[in-house]
Amino acid sequence: MRPGIPGCSLSDKKMLSRFLERQTIGQKQALTAWLFLLIPILFYVIIRFYPTFEAFFVSTLKWNLLGKQKFIGFKNYIKLFEDEEFWLVLINTFKYALIGVPISLLFSFLIAYYLNEITFGHETIRALYFIPFLTTAVAMAWVWRWLYQPVPIGYFNIILSWFGIAQQPFLKSLDQALYSIMAPAVWAGLGFQIIIYLAGIRAIPQSHFEASSIDGAGRIQVLREIILPALRPTILFLVVISTIGFLRIFDQVYSMSADSAGGPLNSTKPLVLMIYEAAFDEFKMGYAAALTVVLFLILLVISLLQLSLMRRWTR
Amino acid sequence: MIRKSWFIAISGMFLIFSLASVGAVEIEYWQYTYKSRVEAIDKLIESFQAANPGITVKHTNFPYADYRKKVAIAVSAGDGPDIVQLYYGWLNDYRDSGLIQPLPKDAFPHDEIEDEFFGIVKSMKVKGEYWGLPTAVRSLALFYNKDLFSEAGISGPPETLDEFVATAKRLTKKDNAGNYLQIGFAVDTDGQDHHWWREVLNRLYGGKPYSSDGKKIAYNSSSGSQALKFVTDLEKTHQVGSNGFMNRGQDAFKAGKAGMVIDGSFRISTFNKQKDLNFGITELPGHNGNRFNFSSYWVNGISTKAKGEKYDAAVKFLKHLTSQNAMQIWLDTVGELPAKPKIALVDKNKKHPQFGPFIRGLAYANATSFIAEKPQRQSFIDAYDMVVLKDMSPSEALSKVAKKEQEVLDEFFEN
Repeated sequence: MRPGIPGCSLSDKKMLSRFLERQTIGQKQALTAWLFLLIPILFYVIIRFYPTFEAFFVSTLKWNLLGKQKFIGFKNYIKLFEDEEFWLVLINTFKYALIGVPISLLFSFLIAYYLNEITFGHETIRALYFIPFLTTAVAMAWVWRWLYQPVPIGYFNIILSWFGIAQQPFLKSLDQALYSIMAPAVWAGLGFQIIIYLAGIRAIPQSHFEASSIDGAGRIQVLREIILPALRPTILFLVVISTIGFLRIFDQVYSMSADSAGGPLNSTKPLVLMIYEAAFDEFKMGYAAALTVVLFLILLVISLLQLSLMRRWTR
Repeated sequence: MIRKSWFIAISGMFLIFSLASVGAVEIEYWQYTYKSRVEAIDKLIESFQAANPGITVKHTNFPYADYRKKVAIAVSAGDGPDIVQLYYGWLNDYRDSGLIQPLPKDAFPHDEIEDEFFGIVKSMKVKGEYWGLPTAVRSLALFYNKDLFSEAGISGPPETLDEFVATAKRLTKKDNAGNYLQIGFAVDTDGQDHHWWREVLNRLYGGKPYSSDGKKIAYNSSSGSQALKFVTDLEKTHQVGSNGFMNRGQDAFKAGKAGMVIDGSFRISTFNKQKDLNFGITELPGHNGNRFNFSSYWVNGISTKAKGEKYDAAVKFLKHLTSQNAMQIWLDTVGELPAKPKIALVDKNKKHPQFGPFIRGLAYANATSFIAEKPQRQSFIDAYDMVVLKDMSPSEALSKVAKKEQEVLDEFFEN
């Protein structure tokens, strides 16, 4: 007995059952899979892909969200490449990624490596590192903003003054502000990266370590010859994820720079903040869309590069 | 038979509902959430509805941060308010985008507006039409901490710019390492200081911020540089404070760590709530016998969504909001100054210890015709940082930011 299909007339049912009869099991399985995938695919096409393509279209318009849309071709892109601010912002964005990613990966690896070796308090410490990752970025950024204040209230400067070190301007300095904002972003991401590293280290078969100890390998050798090579997929995953994260940095800058403007003098402004300002402060939707397209292309190229590297490296 | 009686009953109900909806018009009023402003509007709606049965006003408010975005998006979607409160600096933007419509001349005759309201309200007249009217206006004044003044042996608040610098110096305290323990004046480029520089200091040094038609930047001049030098010297040369000390100027003043701060009348209630803060308010310091002030206001405009009977109701409500009675309620509830000199400039208000300096300042105040407030404010913030952080000369800094701001103006006036 074939199961009845409700809601179909008899002839429909016959046609469908005849169609199904002709399929192999493999084809039927594929059909079922596609049926189940249909909903997420539709969701992605409507919610994700359609707006993405719309952004390409909007980037060719002059439009303030309210008035008429005016087609201006590639003028937004031309303006963008002539905009000094854009290049500064692009450099800032890459600074966040190129400096933030290695530092955070190094710190989280060191912490995970040593955390793996202790059993006493292991879980408590791991939880402590993970808590910042769970905290709202905005709340955290505001606390850090206060920590960076000058002496009567800012703890960092108070600590510096104990050692007789001169006051640092931190967020108010053109040279230090970007790194001052990067620090809480790195700190907040550590928890996640440590957990992933720990999982990676724990997944290395115990027999590798036993064999190496029989061969008389030292700590450094174990690290270099066993742990690091085995962690390659983990490291590459983290590189991709945190690069994208840093290239899209926003909350910290929005909360920590004066007037949320990415200052002083745009020295901390990342691309996402520039997009936000163009779209929702100045209502230049076309220009904002053009910036978004640029960000999209950057993320695409970097992700593809990293993925191809990953394939080559983990083979 | 049964079907027929059902039909009659249903059509009868429709008739009743449609009659009821003819009787009652509901209009929507939008403003941002600020406790005392919400209370004041609720009071005004109550008295309006009592006087106009058949009209109900729905009051919607939400946080300031999202205000402009939501209004813009709602009205462009044919939704949202019939009457909307907007910052005067956004008027051109709203008008240009077709969000608001001109006020009818029969209900709001131009000569009457020009006769009754403060002169600054004239900037609401664009292309021969008025587009919005305020209930209240704001101006700036100098707040000073009386306890810190008497501790430093200073008899009274400064009257001139020179006295201001001297006073600020005497109020500043530093530790041995040169860190500020107390600042003489709370410079805060994020706060009201950009208005002070643009409309007050520029004019005190003999210049003006923009050309008379508002299309060209005029602060890029020697008087503008002098004005910028004056503000930046407070931090750079006189060292009487640092920008953003204790985060915001008002925070430093509230904590009793700043001798003076420049702020608007809306800050009075904040400071009044602070225990142990014994403060006075005085007019902004003058220079060479001149005084200037900056005035700003929120206006009520009729959105393009309001049509037909809703439009008529909106006009009535706007009349109510700009009445003498409403202005007094606004002053008592919100602490903002009446928009008509006849009500504002009465002796009782002029001599008021807290509102008085603001009201006296209105007499010599100018309002900036902003195209877009945020990027225009950014000009001052950036110019200040260029001078203080990059050691650039004030004139060089101004020519840089003026170039950028002129592009904003050009783009607007091109259309």
